[in-house]
Parts: sequence; structure tokens; C-alpha cells
Amino acid sequence: MSQQVDKTRPIENTKVFASEETQKGYRLNKFAMSMCKRENREAFLADEESVLAAADLTEVERQIIRDRDWRAMMDEYGGNIYMIMKIGAVIGHGLYQIGAHQRGQTYEEFLATRNASGAR
Amino acid sequence: MANILAGIGTSHVPSIGVVHDQGRHDEPDWKPLFDGYKPVKEWLKEIKPDIAIVVYNDHGCDFFFDKYPTFAIGAAESYQVGDEGWGRRPLPDFKGNPDFSWHLCNSLVYDEFDITICQEMSVEHGFMVPMHLCWDHDDSWPVTVVPVAVNVIQHPLPTALRCWKLGQAIRRAVQSYPGSQKIVILGTGGMSHQLNGARFGHLNSEFDSDFLDRIEVDPISLTKLTHQAIMEQAGAEAVELIMWLTMRGALSNKVRQVHRHYYAPMTTGMGLIALEEKI
Repeated sequence: MSQQVDKTRPIENTKVFASEETQKGYRLNKFAMSMCKRENREAFLADEESVLAAADLTEVERQIIRDRDWRAMMDEYGGNIYMIMKIGAVIGHGLYQIGAHQRGQTYEEFLATRNASGAR
Repeated sequence: MANILAGIGTSHVPSIGVVHDQGRHDEPDWKPLFDGYKPVKEWLKEIKPDIAIVVYNDHGCDFFFDKYPTFAIGAAESYQVGDEGWGRRPLPDFKGNPDFSWHLCNSLVYDEFDITICQEMSVEHGFMVPMHLCWDHDDSWPVTVVPVAVNVIQHPLPTALRCWKLGQAIRRAVQSYPGSQKIVILGTGGMSHQLNGARFGHLNSEFDSDFLDRIEVDPISLTKLTHQAIMEQAGAEAVELIMWLTMRGALSNKVRQVHRHYYAPMTTGMGLIALEEKI
């Protein structure tokens, strides 16, 4: 079998979205995926608590969504960035704001590290 | 027989779609990107392909991790613009060519590529951004399409070599199609970028430049890249680049570079290469 992902060489500050992450993050990612439906986005914006209560999520997962804790979603709870982005989009946190949070920076600090930050 | 005229490798960054829809192409930090595609748009108007085979990945629009196919191919009359979580974009749906798609699927399966055949498929930024970067549209598109979705988001991913072999099998399928259609194949995604973890924003323009060189003149060397090697050098999400090998595998070893462009303003190396078969 060809060795494609080498677990003996973890990449610093990186999650490789493989079996461990996708199993751990299944509920969270499925919830995020539900934001592809307009009615679910509208319900979330109208009454976030009710939507979270009804969702198949653990209490910790509900709390990191309430906290907009993007870093925890990806680093600790198996969130996949492409799914988590959908929750961000509903509440107005774009990819670069999520990224800044993952880097432990403010949005402005992050933008200052880019080559041409008007391209957003 | 049908004929593959050309291949295009291009990034498919979602923010390009937002800027396109808002008509912000001429903003100073965006203009270099859109200007980079102008020669390709003009060239495509000249060569007028009938069918575009678009190799892309679904980022959670039509597919989710309940069932995520390694390779999925569209065989529909049309492909709807999907809702990725921010509403339907104001783009026309895409017209398919079911007869060609079914020929392609038959040929691939008997060539031992066990693809998922999709009679309904909605498409998203991975597919659409390359389309509007390369073609102008009004209320329809000037080319019919075949979406080819590849799993590059949930490991285990197909290997770089497997993606290359898929391209070769697509070439065999095209050459056995009893028509006179002109076909262009797009390999999309990448280039260097990472979107998860504290390494968010990792770019590697040297890697990207080398990849652009080699996809043209030495693609075999790229088929030896492991996912680990790509992720270490170019970022976890840069593994999308293996889809460029499907494009390149569908071409011959006698290609001519028509155009090449690179711009890395924010978090992704936005690369473009257009290769034409020498006739």
C-alpha cells in the first residue's frame, strides 16, 4: 500500500482530515452542512438557541458554536473547514475572519500579513 | 472520433465567485487576477470547444461525508447551480451532454475506473469559478459540460498517480466516441493554500512555480508526489492539485503552452496554465 499520509511526520499546526477527524466531527459537520438550505439558515438566524437545542450535537459542540470558537471546532472537534465556513457565512464571519481566529490574530493583524489584502 | 484539443489548469478560489457576481473585477487588488484570464478567454473563443470536462471537488454542496464518492461523473441534461450555504449565485445552469457522459462512464468503468454516475448533480464554486473565469456567459454558457468530481477533502484520497491514470482513461474514452466534438479538459483547485489550524494562510509560491513548470514539461514527476509531500510543502488544502494531473493525463506529450499566469494576493496561489495539443 502506497504511504500517502505519514503519521510519523505530523505537520505543525495542521489537521489532516482523515478517519479520526471525520468520525469525531461527523455531527458538527453535518450540522454545518444543513446551512446549505435557506430555511435552516433563516431558522438559525431567527432563533439560534432553538436550532442548536434540536440539533444532534453534544452540549460542548453547541457551546463552541455559540462561542464562535472556530479554532476549537477545527483543532479539537473534527470540524472540516469547508463545512464550518457555512456556519460562519450565516452569521457573517467569512473565511478570513475564521482564519485569523485559528491563527490567534485579530482580523486586521491577519490582513497585514497578506500580499494584496484588497483581494477579498 | 471526438478530440481533446486542450487542457487548462486553474485555481477555483470561492472569493473569485463573489467578486464576479458583484462586478468588482477592476478593483486594484483583483484586476491582476482577471486580466490573467483574458488571453485564455480569447483563445477559447477561437478554438470553440463543444464540451468542457471539468475536474473539480465538491466542498459540501451536493456531497457530504455520509457518502463521499472518490470519483463521481455527471450524466445529466443539465447541472443546477448549487447552494453552498450562501444562496444560489446569479449564474445560468449548465447544459450537459448525456450521450457523451454515458459513453465516458461506460468506457471508464470497463477500463476499471469504478466511478459514481450522477443523473442529478448540482455544482458549486469548485466547478463554477473556473467556468466563469474561462468563458463569458449571458443567460447560457457557450459550451456543454461534464462535471468530474474527485475526493480531495476526506482522506484517503486517490493518489496523484491514480488521478493521472484517470486522465489517460478519459483520453481513451474521448478517442472512442463516435462524434466530431472538440473537447477541452479543466483540472481545477489549488495551488498552495492551507485553511485549517494555526498554519492557515500558508503559501508556497516556489512550489507553485515549480508545479506550473512540471505540469507542462515533466508531469510524470508530479505523479510521484505523495499527499504528505504536497501538504508539507504547499499546505493541507493544496492536495487539490492532484486534479490537475487528470487534466494533464488526458493530453498527449506534445503540448504547447498557450498561456500561464500566477497571482497570490491572499491565502491561495491562484495559478493558471493553458496547454494546447500540437496538431
